[in-house]
Amino acid sequence: MARRETAILVVAVVMFVYFWVSTPNFVGYNNLVTLSQFVAPIAVIGFGEVMLLTLGEIDLSSGTIFVAMPFLAERLAAHGLPLLLAIVLTVIAGGAVGAINGLITILLGLPSFITTLGTLFAIDGVLLLATNATEAGMPHGATVGTVFGIYSWSEILWALGLCVVMYIILHRSRIGLHVVATGGNRNGAAEAGVPVRRVVLWAFVMSGLLASLIGVIDAIRVGTIDPGNTGTTEMFYAVAAAIIGGTAMTGGRGTQIGAAIGAIVLGILYVGFTLRGINANAFILILGIAILVAMAVNVQLGRVSQRRGGRKKAT
Amino acid sequence: MTDTAGPPVAGEVGLPILRLDNITKRFGAVSVLRGVNLSLGRGEVLGLVGDNGAGKTTLVKIITGFIRADGGRIFLDGKERRFTSVDEARSHGIETVYQDLALIPQLSVYHNLFLNRELTTGGFLGLLSNRRMRSLARQYLDDINVNIPDIDAEAEMLSGGQRQAIAVARASRMPGVKVLLLDEPLAAMGAREASLIIDLIRDMSKSRGISMIVVDHNYTHLFEFCDRISVIQQGAITWDRKTAETSIDELTEFMVWEYRRQVMSGRVEKVE
Repeated sequence: MARRETAILVVAVVMFVYFWVSTPNFVGYNNLVTLSQFVAPIAVIGFGEVMLLTLGEIDLSSGTIFVAMPFLAERLAAHGLPLLLAIVLTVIAGGAVGAINGLITILLGLPSFITTLGTLFAIDGVLLLATNATEAGMPHGATVGTVFGIYSWSEILWALGLCVVMYIILHRSRIGLHVVATGGNRNGAAEAGVPVRRVVLWAFVMSGLLASLIGVIDAIRVGTIDPGNTGTTEMFYAVAAAIIGGTAMTGGRGTQIGAAIGAIVLGILYVGFTLRGINANAFILILGIAILVAMAVNVQLGRVSQRRGGRKKAT
Repeated sequence: MTDTAGPPVAGEVGLPILRLDNITKRFGAVSVLRGVNLSLGRGEVLGLVGDNGAGKTTLVKIITGFIRADGGRIFLDGKERRFTSVDEARSHGIETVYQDLALIPQLSVYHNLFLNRELTTGGFLGLLSNRRMRSLARQYLDDINVNIPDIDAEAEMLSGGQRQAIAVARASRMPGVKVLLLDEPLAAMGAREASLIIDLIRDMSKSRGISMIVVDHNYTHLFEFCDRISVIQQGAITWDRKTAETSIDELTEFMVWEYRRQVMSGRVEKVE
């Protein structure tokens, strides 16, 4: 796993140096702020996707949660709640939406791809109905607003902090071990007494919490919130960041550090291309190729490590 | 070992550790178990033999709490028990090594050994105490003569025999383990790897006094380490002998005779 993270880190560094040398202003203050603000939401939504992909699940609704939940914070604040309380309640509500995803998946036995495809549209529909498809201005109280988005680097600092927390949870805690175990061999984990359904539910809740938290922060930074955005772009970038970073969709392997670096790679490409005046369509093409290359490398690394271990099939 | 002198002999040392009384189980219209009676002595190794679909795996899963019986009673250490989960059966000392290997390919040897019983730093975060788990795992594997060169290796790097040994070691590691169930522990294994597991099973029963039920198809293997062999057919126990008082030939003859009887009564289709 460390090897996969190293590989994508090398790619990120090479790309960064390339744009640094070839593109004036790439490492300028303003541009680095823009880069960090592009990277942060993708990375944080990606941390939730890493948990789910490690379990062999996916959350297609995370981007929609990211877009929709700030409207709740805006409404709560408009009704006189202190902004901090509104944010806390909104993040909890995001976790509740995640819990709905998780409960539908484990209780009805649906593939999470289907569950979250459904909730993606359902959440978007509720949002459009509730807002009448009109934009709103996001409140930003003095101190609270500074911490949650107004300070230029606050979004990326949140992302860094969450990266550390999520890394510790996945790789150093009991629940993280159970996530890997459930994703690696669900029957085996269940037979060892791991509460696999609870683990899946927990991961969906985490995904909802993360998406709504970074959604509120991003909304406060931007200042206006637009229900016309379905959030699928953010979600697909997040899944792409996770996959480019070395998380396998087959379950059992995942790394939030890889997802963070994957998000940085996407950010460097996007911001770098913008600065050089290359149009966004080329970015989309490169993104597609990057995902394919990353997956191919992942599969190859998997094969190599299996061959080295001389794996034999038992039973 | 218990307070009795010498190795325990089947059915002769006090109460059986485990007794099943008239266990039944249906899956829909199919009656898989039709009243199984079985007893396991302390420190005894019991071989469970039967054709595919005879109900062996179902029986094992009922004993371990993975599924529940429709009827009948289970006595562990003389007390009637109803296990509603694997955790509950395990808390009473029943451990299992399943046919499909409960190891997690992506986890290290020591994390697999401690799966769902991880040592943590305690407190609110409950972080893993990897160093403690690693050294305890190393010590335990040395104790039971299982040679794993790299305890940090992921389970998928190990051979089938090594993985089976880890699975057996994990099941036997818990303090308070009374009964160990092994579902085809030697499946798809070469002679050298099989002998590793056979030695491990002998060691578990003789020096650690763990009672075991072993499901297997290979009679030669079973006669190497079992004290007694029971045959399950059509969801009931039809034959039960101590290995010291019978032979592979006698068991084979019984199985073939049973098979012929079933063919003639039209209960199974003849296999050519």
